[in-house]
Amino acid sequence: MDLTLKIWRQKDSNTKGQMVDYKVTEISEHMSFLEMMDVMNEQLITKGEEPVAFDHDCREGICGMCSMYINGEAHGPDRGVTTCQLHMRMFKHGDTITIEPWRAAAFPVIKDLVVNRSAFDRIQHAGGYISVNTSGNTQDANSIPIQKQAADQAMDAATCIGCGACVATCKNSSAMLFVGAKVSQYALLPQGQVEAADRVKNMVAQMDLEGFGNCTNTGACEVECPKGISLDNIARMNRELMKASI
Amino acid sequence: MGGFFNSSIGRKVAMALSAFFLMFFLLQHLSINLLSVFSPELFNEVSHFMGTNPVVQFALQPVLIFAVVFHFVMGFILEVRNKKANGVAYVKNNGAANSSWFSRNMIWSGVTILAFILLHFIDFWFPEINTKFIQGDWSGTIEGVDGYRYYEELVHKFANPLRVGAYVLAFVFLGLHLAHGFTSAFQSVGGTAGRKKTLQFIGKAYSIVIPAGFVFVAVYHLFNH
Amino acid sequence: MALDSKIPKGPIQDKWTDYKNHINLVNPANKRHIDIIVVGTGLAGGSAAATLAELGYNVKAFAYQDSPRRAHSIAAQGGINAAKNYQGDGDSTYRLFYDTVKGGDYRSREANVYRLAEVSVNIIDQCVAQGVPFARDYGGLLDNRSFGGVLVSRTFYAKGQTGQQLLLGAYSAMNRQIARGKIEMFNRHEMLDVVKVDGKARGIIARNLVTGEIERHSAHAVVIASGGYGNVYFLSTNAMGSNVTAGWKVHKKGAYFANPCYTQIHPTCIPRSGDYQSKLTLMSESLRNDGRIWVPAKLEDAKAIREGKKKPTDLSEEERDYYLERRYPAFGNLVPRDVASRAAKERCDEGFGVNATGEAVYLDFAASFVRYGEEQAKIQNLVNPTKEKIKELGQAIVKAKYGNLFQMYEKIVDENPYETPMMIYPAVHYTMGGVWVDYNLMTTIPGCYCIGEANFSDHGANRLGASALMQGLADGYFVLPYTIGDYLADDIRTGKISTDTPEFAEAEAEVKKTIEFFVNNKGTHSVDYYHKKLGLIMWEKCGMSRNAQGLKEAIEDISALRKDFWVNVNVPGTDKEYNEQLAKAGRVADFLELGELFAKDALIREESAGGHFREEHQTPEGEAKRLKEFQFVSAWEYKGEPKDAVLHKEALEYENIEVKERSYK
Repeated sequence: MDLTLKIWRQKDSNTKGQMVDYKVTEISEHMSFLEMMDVMNEQLITKGEEPVAFDHDCREGICGMCSMYINGEAHGPDRGVTTCQLHMRMFKHGDTITIEPWRAAAFPVIKDLVVNRSAFDRIQHAGGYISVNTSGNTQDANSIPIQKQAADQAMDAATCIGCGACVATCKNSSAMLFVGAKVSQYALLPQGQVEAADRVKNMVAQMDLEGFGNCTNTGACEVECPKGISLDNIARMNRELMKASI
Repeated sequence: MGGFFNSSIGRKVAMALSAFFLMFFLLQHLSINLLSVFSPELFNEVSHFMGTNPVVQFALQPVLIFAVVFHFVMGFILEVRNKKANGVAYVKNNGAANSSWFSRNMIWSGVTILAFILLHFIDFWFPEINTKFIQGDWSGTIEGVDGYRYYEELVHKFANPLRVGAYVLAFVFLGLHLAHGFTSAFQSVGGTAGRKKTLQFIGKAYSIVIPAGFVFVAVYHLFNH
Repeated sequence: MALDSKIPKGPIQDKWTDYKNHINLVNPANKRHIDIIVVGTGLAGGSAAATLAELGYNVKAFAYQDSPRRAHSIAAQGGINAAKNYQGDGDSTYRLFYDTVKGGDYRSREANVYRLAEVSVNIIDQCVAQGVPFARDYGGLLDNRSFGGVLVSRTFYAKGQTGQQLLLGAYSAMNRQIARGKIEMFNRHEMLDVVKVDGKARGIIARNLVTGEIERHSAHAVVIASGGYGNVYFLSTNAMGSNVTAGWKVHKKGAYFANPCYTQIHPTCIPRSGDYQSKLTLMSESLRNDGRIWVPAKLEDAKAIREGKKKPTDLSEEERDYYLERRYPAFGNLVPRDVASRAAKERCDEGFGVNATGEAVYLDFAASFVRYGEEQAKIQNLVNPTKEKIKELGQAIVKAKYGNLFQMYEKIVDENPYETPMMIYPAVHYTMGGVWVDYNLMTTIPGCYCIGEANFSDHGANRLGASALMQGLADGYFVLPYTIGDYLADDIRTGKISTDTPEFAEAEAEVKKTIEFFVNNKGTHSVDYYHKKLGLIMWEKCGMSRNAQGLKEAIEDISALRKDFWVNVNVPGTDKEYNEQLAKAGRVADFLELGELFAKDALIREESAGGHFREEHQTPEGEAKRLKEFQFVSAWEYKGEPKDAVLHKEALEYENIEVKERSYK
């Protein structure tokens, strides 16, 4: 199939960007979206033009690196997938596809479609851990039984890949789903209880400091999340913060 | 605690708490309005009680005013902060793919409701304040009307089709605001998954029944007098 | 230089404990004067950085991704082995040790593997304490699954995302140390050389991938944890950015590179669909528990299927060749990875492949649907259930077990695997070879360590399932932090290492020279053009089966390709900006050297062992033939061109295990 791509090009964080049109031809419906981008970039290099920069690494939907806003949706029109798992069979011959980077004040553009998501790391530094000495001198792994349901829910929260689609898709650029997932994982486990109050307070404070917006509970993040992280995690974080503050 | 209400989540909790109060207020306001359809006498009695009871006038009314003002001011503050968090806007954004229109546009349904409240103040509340606090007339009566004046005033206001049209429009927006706001408020204060289905049902019912009730009262009086 | 593996004396079960009791330690007050660089933040690098910082060292950690959490350890699905014996099924440290050595086809170092098995139990304790949400049973205790043909259930797992959860655990431990100021994190940085001062590793040259700036970083020791080099094949299950550069640069500065030819080709991957393909996707090995592998028995049927004239479901049982069950009646579809992969290749080479590229075989669940369906019908007391009903019941059971994998397959291939058999083909997955290290995990450069998949490690010639995660974390959490102290104890009075020295200047100049060449060489071919060509040579001549003729050709071909690369490569953009093509050019340049050494290593290893299969060395039935005289580690010393590399042999002694033939018939 042949396609028209409208892609955000921006030289670096200090330069203003703009949308640029490209034509790509002979795209197979079996290609992944990023393979389509590869084909386009090869064509650009051959023509002596600069290829479009985009983040990607594992290309199997788990590293959380890829991050494209395609036709107005984070990771494109398919559900439960990252950009790298989106396939061209979702599009048809002659389509025009708009491709933009994640947009949020807290995610400045580095180049073209590549954004800086360090804000997520800094939120994790503020409390995304259990303070256990990494020496292995802990108690036996089975000494504290954990209710299966709690362990499963913690796993569901922990499955977040930190891609930032929640922020990108949120009308307020809120990071609540991301932070809620991490807070929930530890809040659900007995190992996380000791530091629970400080953790949620510090992580929320850092989240606010980074300039993410407020949650309006539209639920868009849950829909666009490639890993199906539930809004319940946000509710749980709200409870945890109230519990910690009152 | 002070720190809590300065946090993004704290602000949303405050928003939710004021919303709970306002939703309770709506419920009682509607109940009284509905009395006007079934029993003008009872409506007058209750209206007079609400209008003259010191607890209602000097304790609950200021709280209500505070809640209304707070809800709006905080709503605008959050909107400004959220806009700031957005940075550069998308060239193409397909919000409809993942969320409802009313959840994304609480600010606009809110602004519409605000406009209505201003109208409502001019219609009912300012004259009330004028009569009671400036003129000092706490009798609840006017010349030419037997008994209390409240029913007559109500019927009089709803005689104008244009006013009723605006009134209906405002309540459609209130319905949209509540359709998202009701469950959203519970989510903000940490409502749990177990109760979610029930909550969603109640929320949906509330957001339809309350505005429909107000609209019914208005339309009833428009066509019956 | 003679190789000294520094294996401690004494009985194997006491070696590690005794050793720890007698090595030098650095006192806590002195640790804060010592800097350590860790390159790579996967399971090995992340856990090492966190623990070294915990101990009090100043750590500088480097990752080419935008966050440590994205390292490719995250993609590991199945699980992590540990000799906990929670199931009470007779597991022990010795059994895990034994299985790992045997699984590695007797090409790994006994003492290292025993230590690995010993510390495996600590990993689970550690990870649970960190909040890793392992699967649990209804009693709240940890659950295990069985894996890769061993006789016990020792694999701990977190759904199909065990690697992700373990990495996030190590990442969280890093975050804690970053918050304490003990780890300085350099995201989007790539190490481009190691700096030696007086023969010791004292720092690195790194490039900031965002600004393009070349930076000098000094330390008292350098730890390489940069993962495997499977991307030398271009197509692999590795991440797009996975590369050999850090390992190769230390090799060029004096670290020996061991067993480069040991590669694991995983049998159950989604086949290639066309030339544009950028990477391959693994499907968990567990599918072989219930799926039957087959190709058409007749060539004309295979051809008809390839041309779309027939469908797999059109073929009757007699028209199908369940070749694994035919060749290996005892193990059937559950033969080890290397055997299953070679058998698939053999059938496809003979023309029985079933997709357009001719490189795919079927993995069919139809028999399982019936088997499970009939079982369910019995349980539910259904009298004379219809075929459809049985299939429906069976599919529900398969869905519960592998639903997410079936869904992933459908997303990628756009075929419903409940209705038509899956197509699979082997793909490069893991490299057992790597930088040679001694018992301390130190390379042949003093002060330069190598951990995780990047070292030649504990897996011999073939890695067992669920062992990679175990090794990465064992190295990082529990081995390196001890052994590095022994070396650093001599450095407590050294003081800060200056970067303002001729050694740093020289290394930096060298790096800059290469980068300038790339951006100024207005060649005709893109970096990917060369990478794909290299991959094709590797796959065809150094792939699942190898022969002397092909390997000799590969050496010539790669050498010629490398020459062409250094004349005609085209790297767009400048060196002062985010430039992925430039970063990639450097990585491919190193792959072009490694590839040749790989072929050379495969050529001298005139035996078949694990993932290395030499066609000349097989039994009459076509099975791998291991030879006693090759019971050594081949460690290569860099001497300029790969063809000049000098071989050093580390003999492998087996005192605690009897070396046996592997048979799966």
